Amino acid sequence: MADLKTELRQYVQDNFIMGAVATAFSDSDSFMELHILDSTGFLELISYLEETYGIAVKDEEMVPENLDSLNSVAAFVTRKRGA
Amino acid sequence: MLLHHAFEATCTRVPARTAVVCGDERVSYAELSKQAESLAALLHAHGVVRGDRVVLLLESSVEFAVAVHAVLKLGAVFVPVSPLTKTDKLAYMLGDTRARALLTDARLEPAWRDAVARSPALVVNVVRGLAQAQDANQPWPVAPAASPAPAACCIDQDLAAIIYTSGTTGEPKGVMLTHRNMLSAWASVQAYLGLRDDDVIGLALSPSFSYGLYHVLMGLGIGATLVLEGSAAFPVRLVERLAQERVTVFPGVPTLYSAILALSNLSSFDLSSLRIVTNAAAALSDPHVQQIQALLPNARLYSMYGMTECKRISYLPPEQLTQRPSSVGRGLVNQEVWLVDEAGQRLANPATGELVVRGSHVMRGYWEKPAETARSLKPGPLAGESVLHTGDIFRTDAEGWLYFVGRSDDIIKSRGEKVAPREVENAIYAIEGVLDCAVIGIPDERLGQAVKAFVTLKPGATLTEREVIRHCLARLENYMAPKIVEFLADLPRTDSGKIRKLGLR
Repeated sequence: MADLKTELRQYVQDNFIMGAVATAFSDSDSFMELHILDSTGFLELISYLEETYGIAVKDEEMVPENLDSLNSVAAFVTRKRGA
Repeated sequence: MLLHHAFEATCTRVPARTAVVCGDERVSYAELSKQAESLAALLHAHGVVRGDRVVLLLESSVEFAVAVHAVLKLGAVFVPVSPLTKTDKLAYMLGDTRARALLTDARLEPAWRDAVARSPALVVNVVRGLAQAQDANQPWPVAPAASPAPAACCIDQDLAAIIYTSGTTGEPKGVMLTHRNMLSAWASVQAYLGLRDDDVIGLALSPSFSYGLYHVLMGLGIGATLVLEGSAAFPVRLVERLAQERVTVFPGVPTLYSAILALSNLSSFDLSSLRIVTNAAAALSDPHVQQIQALLPNARLYSMYGMTECKRISYLPPEQLTQRPSSVGRGLVNQEVWLVDEAGQRLANPATGELVVRGSHVMRGYWEKPAETARSLKPGPLAGESVLHTGDIFRTDAEGWLYFVGRSDDIIKSRGEKVAPREVENAIYAIEGVLDCAVIGIPDERLGQAVKAFVTLKPGATLTEREVIRHCLARLENYMAPKIVEFLADLPRTDSGKIRKLGLR
């Protein structure tokens, strides 16, 4: 789980956040509230999760509880991979 | 009659009714009115007076509704700014309007911190979620005022709002709207839409832009209930909300409808309470029109067209949708539209030309931009009046039905928002290693148009597509960042050496 979170943080940082104006975010911060991800960003995140972790994200799973923070995404991916 | 008078009358008439639902919050008209009064009193105490500009950097929230009405109460001018706005652009807007106050949120501090420091005209910054006052920063919620601020003494020719829109030069332009302009647009829209005080309006659009903003103004003026569902990022959540709250009116844009209609479990939600569904900003595709009609057989679906400079220009009566699905209608009541050729000569229908709009909803001009204003507002048929030259090319048939053809400039429409290629290019030029760049819009099924950037690099420089996109995300509103970046050895040029975008795809 810790490794997974590190990977996910790296992905978000590499793809959505930029050096000097970087938004510091904790594992529980909402991507949406901090404007790290918008609707397009979430779609990109979902594609990344599907490709990287071999999971399929269903429409009804596209909710903030599964996607809107590092903690949520890590728990969601773990759950999906275990299922 | 001023823009906020209807809201104040509603607060007296139905104080206990729910005005705004946002997340877990449900706020009555009485409560909203009280909060607006407290905020107005605080701004007044800091010296905000009639005509002063107050910038709103807020999410779609109860606070947004409070802020608009507090500012109007003082006779001041509200300037709604997208919460996606980054520091430099916000600083530009605060400086351009010489804003006296900013109303914002602690969560948006990365955007406003430096911008506020760079804005000498600013006397107070009211911050939702701030624990305690510090320098010019004041906490929000605001303590109830000992005495209310004096009511506005302005008249309907005074400015009510300045709303920024993208300009071809890359510098945003502030559209100046008077109380009269906005009330006039309101009346023309209400004449066909017929919102009622028992309506529940589901707003997933940002109220910082004209389309969403008028739902806040009109909804609260009429006495309806507004359900604010801040993000379109989670379409399932949005549809759940529409069903739960028995939403009756839903305004959307093609990107939003596309996300909703793609849901595999859409039929499991009861959306039967929807009676009005509207689309604007870009045309819906025929399949989407049909899907919406099949999903909501009892709802009236309106295709509409407008621009910030006058709010609304045309709507297609729902009964015409089957017959002429690609038309945006024939205009509005209390407004005249016609087409002109390149020499400005009025054309008889049928014709193709630039659309011109005449009506009391047309803006006063662009804030302190006389050259841009003169290009858009030109003398009308009556002495002393101005008409709006939209820059949009339309085709009309013999009966005057309007069909959108394209822009006369290179403005891109992505997710229904205007994107000025120059603004994106300016951001890309700021990257170390970039020699040249050109930005265009390319067709995109989900976004309408996607922003694409062509970049050439200085010798020895290396840069990836993602680095360019990330850089843009840090400086521009998210929807302006390129979706695709292509690196070229050279950009096509005209004989005079200017970059020739026509050769790019």
